[in-house]
Amino acid sequence: MAQRRGRYTVVLDNPPSIRAAATVGSKKESEGPLGGMFDIINKDSYFGQTSWEKAESQMQSIAVSKALEKAGLQNTDVDFIFAGDLLNQCIGSTYGLRELGIPYVGLFGACSTMAESLCVASTFIEGGVAQTAVACTSSHFCTAERQFRFPLEYGGQRTPTAQWTATASGAAVLQNGDVPPFVRAITVGTIEDLGVTDANNMGAAMAPAAAMTIKHFFEDTGKKPEEFDLIITGDLGKVGSSLLADLLRRDGIDLGDRQSDCGLLLYDMEKQDVHAGGSGCGCSASVLCGHLLPQMREGKLRNILFIATGALMSPTVVQQGESIASIAHLVCLSTQKSGGVF
Amino acid sequence: MNLTKEEYNEMTKKASPPSPAAKNITMAFLIGGLICAVGQVLIFAYQNAGMDSELAAGAASITLVFLSVLLTGLNSYDNIAKVAGAGTLVPITGFANSVAAPALEFKSEGFILGLGAKMFIIAGPVIVYGVSASIIYGLIVYLFGLY
Repeated sequence: MAQRRGRYTVVLDNPPSIRAAATVGSKKESEGPLGGMFDIINKDSYFGQTSWEKAESQMQSIAVSKALEKAGLQNTDVDFIFAGDLLNQCIGSTYGLRELGIPYVGLFGACSTMAESLCVASTFIEGGVAQTAVACTSSHFCTAERQFRFPLEYGGQRTPTAQWTATASGAAVLQNGDVPPFVRAITVGTIEDLGVTDANNMGAAMAPAAAMTIKHFFEDTGKKPEEFDLIITGDLGKVGSSLLADLLRRDGIDLGDRQSDCGLLLYDMEKQDVHAGGSGCGCSASVLCGHLLPQMREGKLRNILFIATGALMSPTVVQQGESIASIAHLVCLSTQKSGGVF
Repeated sequence: MNLTKEEYNEMTKKASPPSPAAKNITMAFLIGGLICAVGQVLIFAYQNAGMDSELAAGAASITLVFLSVLLTGLNSYDNIAKVAGAGTLVPITGFANSVAAPALEFKSEGFILGLGAKMFIIAGPVIVYGVSASIIYGLIVYLFGLY
């Protein structure tokens, strides 16, 4: 049975295994330093579809099919799929997954969705109501731009704090089993808001949420940062990562060089013109599924904390003068099913 | 975390790099100036072709608008604007781009509710407040009998 530790953390006594995972990306992602990690790259960002929204749905559909293929499973083997994206009403997920016939739970956690879906999928499995579940999310630069910012061809300048929404999708298949890595613990985030109103500085808006969740995890479990090989946030980018380090230091937590960020890994920060870094659900999802999980399977990483961060805002409320509410969910992954970190 | 929104605002300001103003202003001056120079050359060319100065100015504007919309359609205008900033935004070319870009973008939702309805999402406020300001200016001139 899962055990609650402290106020915010759940430790999974029978940790689910992430049996397989798949990633899909497009041209810009393939040109980044992690370009080789993608299972499927389609350089046509329309993915053969007629609209950007259909393209994003197509990405999720491909990612889930590929993950199931890698796990050697059929649609009918999956008890639940937990998915979400950045678009209104989560249409990227619903239209992408509608042909699958798998019981579906739509989630909205903005860019934190990969961690959120892993939290829910792993507790469903641990609780015994599912044998196999899929956690999946996506983002598409073009759908995000038109929903949150300006039309693509509009001639505007991005500020140095702006981040680049990744065109990518990641899907993970979770099961009761013995294939590493395992989800050992989760910390569900609280909604944090320290008054940032600049929608071009999402890293700054989300850093307090990441800091709070990380602090909750260490307080709840009594663990120390030194016990982990890597503590990687979703997509705080340059600005948010430096703020996170500052915020945690104020509370006496020093992550040191264990701290990293998916938004700083996906693109070449010098050459790819992504300003403060990558963002979007697909950024942390693809870095986790395509880069971190394989490194864990190879034994290069043993215990990691994956903290995906999300800005829970809409253009409507920001235009009304509201500040940007944020959240971060933490997933503790280990190559050991028992012992070790817990 | 024991800190106020004001304290965090200070931290954010320190952590956030400012826009490269010197580079942006220089590029805006050069490229914006170049667009205006092209406009002037067009006016001279149209005058040489026999137009009077008013007609030539109108024809030059139409030509610049056409070029801007063409470059927007060819996916080039935003790449130029990324470097030029206000240099491509302020001249009439920026206005043309701000109408053409949403027209292209929202075509996927149909010609009425997509293209037609969304075409002026960026330029709309400029038109509304431009016309409103003109009316106020006109009233002031009328009331004070300045001409």
